[in-house]
Amino acid sequence: MNIDFTRIIPRIPYLLQGVQVTLTIALVAALIGSVLGFIISLMTSKKGLLGRVLFLFVDFFRGTPLYFQLFFYHYGLPQVIPGFLPTAYHSAFVIFSINSAAYLSEIFRAGIQSIDKGQIEAAKALNISTWDIVTGIIIPIGAKNVLPAIINEFITLIKETSVAAVISVNEIMRRHTIVAGTTFRAFESLIIVGLIYYTLTKTLSIVGKVVERKLRYDLR
Amino acid sequence: MLKGSYDMIYVNQLNKHFKESHVLQDVSITFDPHITYAIIGSSGSGKSTLLRCLNGLETPSSGEIKIDDINIFESKDNLAKARSNMGMVFQNFNLFEHKTAIENVMFALIKVKKLSHDEAFKTASTALDKVGLSHRYNNYPHQLSGGEKQRVSIARTLAMSPQLVLFDEPTSALDPEMTIEVLKVIKNLVKDGLKCILVTHEMSFAKEVADMIVFMDQGKILEITPSEQFFTQPVSTRAVQFLSHTQFKGETQ
Repeated sequence: MNIDFTRIIPRIPYLLQGVQVTLTIALVAALIGSVLGFIISLMTSKKGLLGRVLFLFVDFFRGTPLYFQLFFYHYGLPQVIPGFLPTAYHSAFVIFSINSAAYLSEIFRAGIQSIDKGQIEAAKALNISTWDIVTGIIIPIGAKNVLPAIINEFITLIKETSVAAVISVNEIMRRHTIVAGTTFRAFESLIIVGLIYYTLTKTLSIVGKVVERKLRYDLR
Repeated sequence: MLKGSYDMIYVNQLNKHFKESHVLQDVSITFDPHITYAIIGSSGSGKSTLLRCLNGLETPSSGEIKIDDINIFESKDNLAKARSNMGMVFQNFNLFEHKTAIENVMFALIKVKKLSHDEAFKTASTALDKVGLSHRYNNYPHQLSGGEKQRVSIARTLAMSPQLVLFDEPTSALDPEMTIEVLKVIKNLVKDGLKCILVTHEMSFAKEVADMIVFMDQGKILEITPSEQFFTQPVSTRAVQFLSHTQFKGETQ
């Protein structure tokens, strides 16, 4: 068997530096995506023009590949918008944020719908403000109901940042391509890359389980 | 500004449509919040809908509700004024599932009455003690029996010290034993001076606590009669028929 890690080992720090890039994109997308997704979910649960337009928007982002979206934004739009020349990072931040907002908004919508209307009526009858209903009832109950789906989405997000390699964002997969190209040791490099991704997602899912246990008031 | 208490609740020509069905048909009634009413009638007669319109949980298709001179559907502010003095207890308890019994009661005290945590705790514990739940402060709704849940929900309402409490079939989701337990609590509160508008299927209970009976059938109010008279000599023939069909035996108390 032709396996030799000796040439890869010196390049491991270089591959690991990609973790920072990967996590930065994932974190920004998770944060902006959550805020944006929550606002979209509130809008789309109401009927009306804005809700319908937003639904179409969400539907489009869920119905086309991320790969396409990155290309469209990064290479397509600059052709029709004069002076619009986004950097690779700019495109990645924007598209990953919007893409995860689209998925998260659907998750949040399910979370809002999972809440028993009676509890909201009780709160209204007590004169509790809409803000306090959202922050004190809808979010905590909804969060418990959809936490597994949210963690799942974040895990997907970490994995999908690898697509950013196609617009030459210097994340883990892109670094692998460079390492493999210069060392001719693709298999060994991929083993390292696989371990890095798996460690990242496994850590997140363990954290998710811990948080979930904390939120499960029905198990107390 | 919030007024300390209401003098009168006027319901004028209220109509409510749910898709095809016309659940309230030109309902007009004046509620004096200084006495207790029971709204009775068969299922689908519109009693709960009428009750839910009183605090704006249901918006009528037409007609108006005025509390003194405040039209409650005119603005959010007016509705808030109406609700500030009116509590509501639901058939399905509607406790906040992620909060303990005491937190359920404290929530509105902190958010609406702006009490400090300690003050809210004091008020909430007094309310829970009053309904016999001193030992249940830290239990979550799923750890409570149906009767206990309903008592927490009563405490949650009472803690806000409303002038009037709307009870929407408070025992319909309970087994007979728990029904007795909850009715006892409500009877004691009424004895202590709480005024309420009750929608109920418990005839002997209605007879015991209500000063006036509002009898509804098919979206209309057929009669508004003092309690003693209603159960012996109802005015409408539909009420005669209704009473003969319920298990109410008049003199069971």
